[in-house]
Order: sequence, then structure tokens, then C-alpha cells
Amino acid sequence: MKHLHLILLFLLISMVAFANPEEIDTYYAEDAPWDDGTAVLHKWNLSAKWDSLSLQKADSLGVYQEIFNEFSLSGQYKETGLTPDIKHQYRLVLYNKEQGDSLTLFAETTTQQQWFSMDKLPLLILLLIICSSVLYYILSARRGKELFIRRISGLDSIDEAIGRATEKGKPILYVPGISDLNDIQTIASLNILNHVAMKSAEYGTELLVPCRFSMVMSAAHETVKDAYLKAGRPDAYKEDNIFYVTDDQFGFVAGVDGIMLREMPAANFFLGAFWAESLILTETGFITGAIQTAGTGQPHQLPFFVVSCDYTLIGEELYAASAYLSRDPQQLGSLKGQDFGKLLTIILILAGIIAEIAGFGWFKNFFEGVF
Amino acid sequence: MAELMKTIGIWLSAYFTLSIFSFLYKDNPFYKLAEQIFVGLSAAYWLVYTIYNILIPNLFNKLFTDFAHNWILLIPMALGIMMLMRMFPKLEWLSHYPMAIMVGTTAAIAMLLAFQSDFLSQIAATMVNPFKYSSPVDIVGTILLIIGTICGIYFFYFSKKQEGFYKIPSKVGIWFLMVSFGASFGYTVMARISLLIGRLDFLLRDWLHLIR
Repeated sequence: MKHLHLILLFLLISMVAFANPEEIDTYYAEDAPWDDGTAVLHKWNLSAKWDSLSLQKADSLGVYQEIFNEFSLSGQYKETGLTPDIKHQYRLVLYNKEQGDSLTLFAETTTQQQWFSMDKLPLLILLLIICSSVLYYILSARRGKELFIRRISGLDSIDEAIGRATEKGKPILYVPGISDLNDIQTIASLNILNHVAMKSAEYGTELLVPCRFSMVMSAAHETVKDAYLKAGRPDAYKEDNIFYVTDDQFGFVAGVDGIMLREMPAANFFLGAFWAESLILTETGFITGAIQTAGTGQPHQLPFFVVSCDYTLIGEELYAASAYLSRDPQQLGSLKGQDFGKLLTIILILAGIIAEIAGFGWFKNFFEGVF
Repeated sequence: MAELMKTIGIWLSAYFTLSIFSFLYKDNPFYKLAEQIFVGLSAAYWLVYTIYNILIPNLFNKLFTDFAHNWILLIPMALGIMMLMRMFPKLEWLSHYPMAIMVGTTAAIAMLLAFQSDFLSQIAATMVNPFKYSSPVDIVGTILLIIGTICGIYFFYFSKKQEGFYKIPSKVGIWFLMVSFGASFGYTVMARISLLIGRLDFLLRDWLHLIR
């Protein structure tokens, strides 16, 4: 008898302990971990009797508004775009439409900022790897190691174009894009301008630099002045040749077109960020018979440069230009480091494809910041 | 009066449109005049725009109305004044600092953005199992996407001579780039034609009333 009681007690405990967890409806909302305090994570586990749900959030007046309604028995929803350090109240309303039954579960949470955003972990790791490789190559170059960079024909043409302008006794036109100084393409273009200005100073050829923005004009002034000093021709530097036209996109284009038609430069350089005006500029340059070199990181404008210019620097070549032209060990080291990054990208893509085929989804998830 | 101003506006617009179009023949006095007016007007417009839409609301109004919460704006204001020191040869060196801050900050922000969007997102978007699709078109499309991306990246790899075996991915990469440029060219030309139609529509409808 005592054994029977013990068996019954064991069965009772087992029933309670191993009762189907799906029979208990649970819902909770929590601050999304390792983020900037702008997201809330909603999780629920429902019994099979429910057939629809409505996740609602209380507004400032306490009135609940629906934010999500895609039904699943066990699921989660990440609410984003919230303000940090604010308390949010939610309720999950469950329905059984056939039986006309419903249940409401409440939850509340406060969004909080964390010091580290975990979804940016892959960014940090790759950034550290690539920055380390850049540093390594720069240090190697400084120690005198020979760094090989293959020939880039578009960049070799720059010296050829300057030489042609010198032979013809006509000026060189250099447009550093139509973007302001807060565009990395403009900065890359100013680096190339330094080389072009140095050559023009050496050859005694006039250099015209029309600018759309005052900040770019100031930076171009410094760049050209520095180049003329390095070339040992500070006397040949003409500040008035680097000038502001207008902030207006097509006003600037009209001005530059006019310069091309009246000054008839023998070499045109359009290097930097360009938009809809790219074809207007290069077609005018083509009409004047100038040798034209263009380059931009704007994929949509590259086709126009390819069809209307003698040489085109495609995307990355624009950024590689200053290192290639100057052969400065520091810049070459930086370029080699970036090349390492490209190689790493190819390897990671191939590894990711193999992992996807093999069914290891975690590899791709890591790069998407999903853990 | 309003009707008269509208009519003058339409005639001026038509005159300047035709003057600009006259450039298609060759450079001429009409084009020169239109160009000079356009450049001068736009420069003046942007100066006024900068004062009234940027400096006054974002700097002066905030400093004068709520200094306690906006004193931080004194930093960009000081940097702006330092930029103006370019006009005085003895103080020109002061303008180097705001420019250095601008260039350094731009490079840092651009690097992070490029890493996130062009690097990480590109890597993740290309990690696709092409055989997960049932349609042959999707499978071929995904394989082309993978080959195009890898060869496109390799084309910009400058540390290896593109000869022998290494020339193949580079050639494939430039072919993919050229095909995408061709598609982009056609798409943009279509958009430009719609701009031309818009201008012709103005001339024929608003100015000449030839179409209704």
C-alpha cells in the first residue's frame, strides 16, 4: 500500500513536472540586449488553441495600438526605432475565433543603451584585421620593402595628358567633382590634384581648378600651393586659377562648359563625385578636342565617362590613384593593406557559399550581425 | 499684374531654354548670356539660401534664443570664423585646422559607412546557396551573381600582375562591369529623354500653346 501511494505520488509529480509546456501561454517583452537602446524584443509561447494574435503597445495616453499581428505559436518580434531610457507597456491579445475565446497577457520593459552593440562585432573584427594589415604594410614600406603595384593604364594617362597640354601650350582643366569636402571621393580627387599640380608646375603649364563649394576651393588652394612649393616653382602659383563658380549643380556645369569653350584646355580631368552633369561636361570636353581623363565612385555615372572620355578610372582606381602616382611608401603600404582586404573578401564569400551549401547558416548570420 | 508677371516669366523661361539649346549648334552670344546669368543668379541664390536656411536657423537663432542648451554650437562657429581667416595672409594658418578636422572626420565616417554597407553587407548578400532554388533561372542568376561579384572585386586587386591564369578573373570582372554600365547607360538615357520631353512640353504647351 505504501508503495502504491509512492507510485501515485510519483505519477502526480511527473504529470505536473512534465505537463505539456505548450499548454501554458507565456509572453514577455525585454530590452534588446547589446544594442543602442532603440529596440525591444517580444517573445511568446502559446498553446495550440489560439489561432490569431495582436501585439499592442500603449501610447502616451495609455491607449493600446497594434504593432504586430503575424500569428505563430512560438515566435518573436523585434520592435525597433524606439527612444532609449523610456518605459514601454505592451499587451498580447490572443484569439480563438471559432470558439470566440480570447486572452490578454501584459508586459512592460524599459529600453536601455549598452556600451557595446553586438551586431557590430563582425564590423569590429574585420576593421581590426584590415587596419592591422594596412599598418603592417605601411611599416614594411617604411623599412624599405619593395611593394609591387600592377600597372593601371587610366593613371598612366594622367602624365601623358599633362605632357600633351604642355606641348600645345594650352591650360589643364581639373574638376574635383561636384561634391563637398565631406565626400571621400573629393578627398581622393584632391590627392590626385596634388600630383597633377606638381607636374603642371614642373612643365610650366597653366592649371585651372573650378570648384563648386567654398570648402573644396580652400582645400584645392592648399593642395595646389603645396604642389607648386614641392616642385620648386612657388612663383608660378596663381591663386586666381583655383576659383569658386556656384553652389548650383547645373549653374556650375554651365560655368565649366563655358571655360572649356573659351579657354580650350588641352587636357581635362574630371575626378571625384559626379552626378547627372557628367555627360554634359565630358561631351563639351570632347567637342573641344581635349584629352579627357575621368574617374568617379558613382556607378551610375561611370558609363557616361567610359563612352565620352579617353581614360576612365573605375571606382576603386580613383582611391588607388594617389598611392600609384606618388609611389610614396606610406600610401603604397595603405594600398597594399586595402588589397589584403579585397582578398579577404573573396575568401570570406567563397567560405560563406560553401557554408551555406553545407547548411551552416551561422557563418552568414555572423556577418549579418545575427547571433 | 500677376498674370503679366506670369507671362513675362514664361517668355523669359522660353528665351533661356532656347538660348541654352542653341549650344547644340555651337557657342554663341545667346548661350554666353544665358550661362553668365545662370551662374551669377545661382551663386547669389545659394548665398542667400545658406544665410537664411542654414546660418540663421541652425546657428544664430539657437544661440540667441537658448544659449545654455546650444553653447556647443560655438565650436562650429569658431571653426567657421577660422576658415574666414584665409582672407588675411598673416592669419591664414588658422584655416588649416577646420579643414584638417573636416577631412579627418570625413575619412573616418566614410570608412565606417563603407565597411558596413559596401563590405559587410556585400559579403553577406553574396553568401548564397545557388542550389536552394528550384527554378533553373534563379540558380543560373545566383551563380552569375557570385562569379560577377568575385571577379569584379578581383579586377580591383592591384597587387598581382594580370597575366596568365590571373588575367581570366580580371577579364571576366571587367566584362561584368561593362555589361552593368551598358544597362545603366540605357536606363539613364531614358530618364534624360523624359527631361527633354518635359522641356519641349513647356515650350509647346505653356509658351506656344500648340498642345493642350
